[in-house]
Amino acid sequence: MSKIMENLRYSKDHEWVRIEGDKAYVGITDHAQHELGEIVFVELPPLGEQYRKGEEISTVESVKAASAIINPVEGVVHEANEDLDGSPELINEDCYAHHLYILTSFSQADYDELLDAKAYQAYLETL
Amino acid sequence: MIYPYIPHTDEDRKVMLEAIGLSSMEELFSGLSEDILLSDSVPISHGRTEDEVQRMIDSIAQRNVRGIPFLGCGCYDHIIPSTVEALSSLPSFVTAYTPYQAEMSQGLLQAIYEFQSMICEITSMDVANASLYDGANAASEAASLMVGAKRHASVVLVSSTLHPFTLQVLQTWAKGTGKSLRIVKEKDGVVDLSLLSSLLDSTCAGLIVQSPNRYGLLESYEGVAEILHEQKALFAISNDPLSLAMQKSPGQWNADIAIGDTQSLGLPLAFGGPSCGFMAVKEALLRKLPGRLVGLTEDGKGRKGFTLTFQAREQHIKRERATSNICSNQALAALMTTIHLSSLGWDGMLEAANQSYAKAHYLAYHLAQLPGMTLVWDKPFWCEFPLVFSDSKRLRKFMQELRNEGIFAGVRLSTLTRKVKDELVLLVAVTEKRSREELELYLAAARRVMK
Repeated sequence: MSKIMENLRYSKDHEWVRIEGDKAYVGITDHAQHELGEIVFVELPPLGEQYRKGEEISTVESVKAASAIINPVEGVVHEANEDLDGSPELINEDCYAHHLYILTSFSQADYDELLDAKAYQAYLETL
Repeated sequence: MIYPYIPHTDEDRKVMLEAIGLSSMEELFSGLSEDILLSDSVPISHGRTEDEVQRMIDSIAQRNVRGIPFLGCGCYDHIIPSTVEALSSLPSFVTAYTPYQAEMSQGLLQAIYEFQSMICEITSMDVANASLYDGANAASEAASLMVGAKRHASVVLVSSTLHPFTLQVLQTWAKGTGKSLRIVKEKDGVVDLSLLSSLLDSTCAGLIVQSPNRYGLLESYEGVAEILHEQKALFAISNDPLSLAMQKSPGQWNADIAIGDTQSLGLPLAFGGPSCGFMAVKEALLRKLPGRLVGLTEDGKGRKGFTLTFQAREQHIKRERATSNICSNQALAALMTTIHLSSLGWDGMLEAANQSYAKAHYLAYHLAQLPGMTLVWDKPFWCEFPLVFSDSKRLRKFMQELRNEGIFAGVRLSTLTRKVKDELVLLVAVTEKRSREELELYLAAARRVMK
């Protein structure tokens, strides 16, 4: 049973988004980290670049696969989580405490279209 | 009857058919419909015995004309110690190919690891892959790497002084990937880097240059990396690796990618192949590096061992998102280069490079005294130089007369580029293998023709 946080929004590509003021934090869900297995590398996106919703923004490598991270809301990369550079396993340990990157100037409309916890839970049950 | 190329006897076949409960070969193929089965004999000529084939090939080989080669253009006649052939023909190496059941083949993995380490040392880069097919292939992989490393980049800047075949392969790459090439033109035989700033924009992924270039001339890349990096573009330099014993390495020019072909390090001419490409990069590009990569590790008991590593870069894991389709390497040719370098050492490599330089300059100096041919550009060169003739009649006569003396005088550049402007250019290559006598023979013949 995957852990889902009440206060976050989710994409069908298994990213979560949390808004704090003018910043949107983006990470991957418990379901995603569980499917990937032991994560060995996180490619961090370049700062200052604008990404659209649905655009491939980074890659997470596990011992099993290399998976694309699909940007869930349009915005500009403000910060990439450099803690993950040397310690990618932090995602396996607590995927909700460790974001991948932070967006500014993000699209509120894109955010509003994301699934809430209940809808994401229901979506997972269809998989 | 036992055929030399078919190991199974009738008895073997009988046993095998029995094991799967069949009585004849026809029964084995009974599931196939009549129209796809051969009803008649195969429409190729009758078989020949091994001896007949050997004679036929020998008679074709005898039609080759032997001569003293002053031919280069990317493929050079260097001295290869006999250790290279003796050791690389060990069956365990010859049959191993690229490692698929990788960690079973610790010896082959170690050989590849040593190859990678040597390439890093020669190029002053951080990490090298297990090899690529050839130098031109390495250039197209460099182009792919650049484009994959920068968002919204679709243009690769290339020097007009790249080897003509490398440029052709890059053009094919561009056509196939929908990317485009932007040519940086040359001036006086070397790439004109004063054009760089005006050609460079945000769509450019990087620049590929070559030294020694297609004319054999050495190029200088002072400040180039800085200009490119300012635009987040990458810098790739292609070199003859032997020349790096005496010219600045890609690492010293602060390049991001080092590429080239190891033909000059232990691979015989053999009609231009097989060859072996190499690629080395700065550590920041490690995960964008194409091809196989062998790493040093420890097993569960703390013993040293070799393993294929960073495989998530590769197509079999990254699938359609992989930026390279290379799934193999040029293992045997890379091994020959590794043995060659181990035999020579740094000192031997420097000696080969220095002698090639000295002998090429000796010949060039004396040829330049003769009427009707000039060393047109006043630029440094290493083991190959462009002689420009006053007219094509004299050039043809020169080549023919020297050929009559048993000398291959050089390669006409136009035979590679098919361009009118290159018709009077003869590229003359001189390696450490050319003796003083051979140089004098060349000069004496040249003096007779060009008086």
